[in-house]
Amino acid sequence: MEPQTIIAKRIAQELTPGMLVNLGIGIPTLVANYLPAGMQVFFQSENGLIGTGSIPEEGMAHPTLTDASGRPVTALPGASTFDSAMSFGLIRGGHLDLTVLGALQVDEAGLLANWMIPNKMVPGMGGAMDLVSGAKRVIVAMQHTAKGASKIVKKCTLPITATRPVDMVVTELAVIKFDDGRATLLETAPGVSRAQVAAATEAELIMPAHIPEMSL
Amino acid sequence: MQPIPLEQSVKMIPDGASLMVGGFLGVGTPERIVDEIVRQKKRDLTVIANDTATPNKGVGKLVSAKLVRKAIVSHIGLNPETQRQMMAGELEVELVPQGTLIERIRAGGYGLGGILTRTGLGTPVELGKQRIKADGKLYLLELALRADFALVQAFIADYLGNLGYALTARNFNPVIALAAEIVIASADNIVPVGVLAPDHVVTPAPVVDYLIPNA
Repeated sequence: MEPQTIIAKRIAQELTPGMLVNLGIGIPTLVANYLPAGMQVFFQSENGLIGTGSIPEEGMAHPTLTDASGRPVTALPGASTFDSAMSFGLIRGGHLDLTVLGALQVDEAGLLANWMIPNKMVPGMGGAMDLVSGAKRVIVAMQHTAKGASKIVKKCTLPITATRPVDMVVTELAVIKFDDGRATLLETAPGVSRAQVAAATEAELIMPAHIPEMSL
Repeated sequence: MQPIPLEQSVKMIPDGASLMVGGFLGVGTPERIVDEIVRQKKRDLTVIANDTATPNKGVGKLVSAKLVRKAIVSHIGLNPETQRQMMAGELEVELVPQGTLIERIRAGGYGLGGILTRTGLGTPVELGKQRIKADGKLYLLELALRADFALVQAFIADYLGNLGYALTARNFNPVIALAAEIVIASADNIVPVGVLAPDHVVTPAPVVDYLIPNA
């Protein structure tokens, strides 16, 4: 299985019927593909849409129906649209059940850096800081390493996104939880040992006696 | 509300003006007004908007024409020209979390001095800002934003200037419509009074100063 498929499939298991969920760009977007058939989840797009659907068929795109990256989307039956104040009121007011986003680094305490690399990449934070500060639950979807270096570090060296720690990180190797501000290995990917996860992780991981395999 | 020809509407904008511009990555941006600003070469503008779109779209056109002195936005990631001008020191960019940005504008339009938010605490966004403890919780004080002009794109307008919006083209538009001294609107469809049902009016006519007739 492709790393991003493992990640998206595992995170999809965290969604329950009726949830309001915001999916970031990249791997997080794939999560929507692995919901059980018929499960009603409300996907929010922070540019002002709940009920974001799939990409429209050719010739069916409309210039005023787009996702947060400006690409054409469809709206599902029961969708709603609103202005940016309402959109971020939903995010900041604690109405968003779950946000899934990518990361550059997550540290031992669950702090996340995902919006800039000083002097190199300064795209702006967009809605990331609001999402991490305001959502009820924050899950990071990312590859475990980048160019061989662990993305789960002892302490973030990049500017953090919020002082609020994330709840969970899912990579192609492991599920890590940050329940009491400490990184705990919760599950390993099929065929991956706890030693392999530890070797690929700079942060110190708490290893419970029993660590099940992800069931995908 | 007064109808005003496109050219005249932009003539009102002096060099150095501050503009709030509707749109999210160019979706819901009054492109006709933007194009006319570029044609009339209004300079040293301060632009307050969600993002700077892409170099050939929306606010991005103003950046590409080097008409912007300062941009107060949440995202410039899809506009390499904004990043280039920023790195070269030609353009000042104030990056603001998107939710904080829209709330600062809302505060400006609703007569509030600012807002308290936890977004940005402990990050570079906090630099130079006051922390306020309220009800036992720490917040950042974020000040209200207003501008000289709001450039609004609507889906539908009636002859009085009541406005309605379409789908995700709504975004910043109804919020900026309350936060500027002069509000100039452009609409995809202009219809007689009465066609737009009261429940479908999102921006009420009295806040719209000028409406640009369609060509």
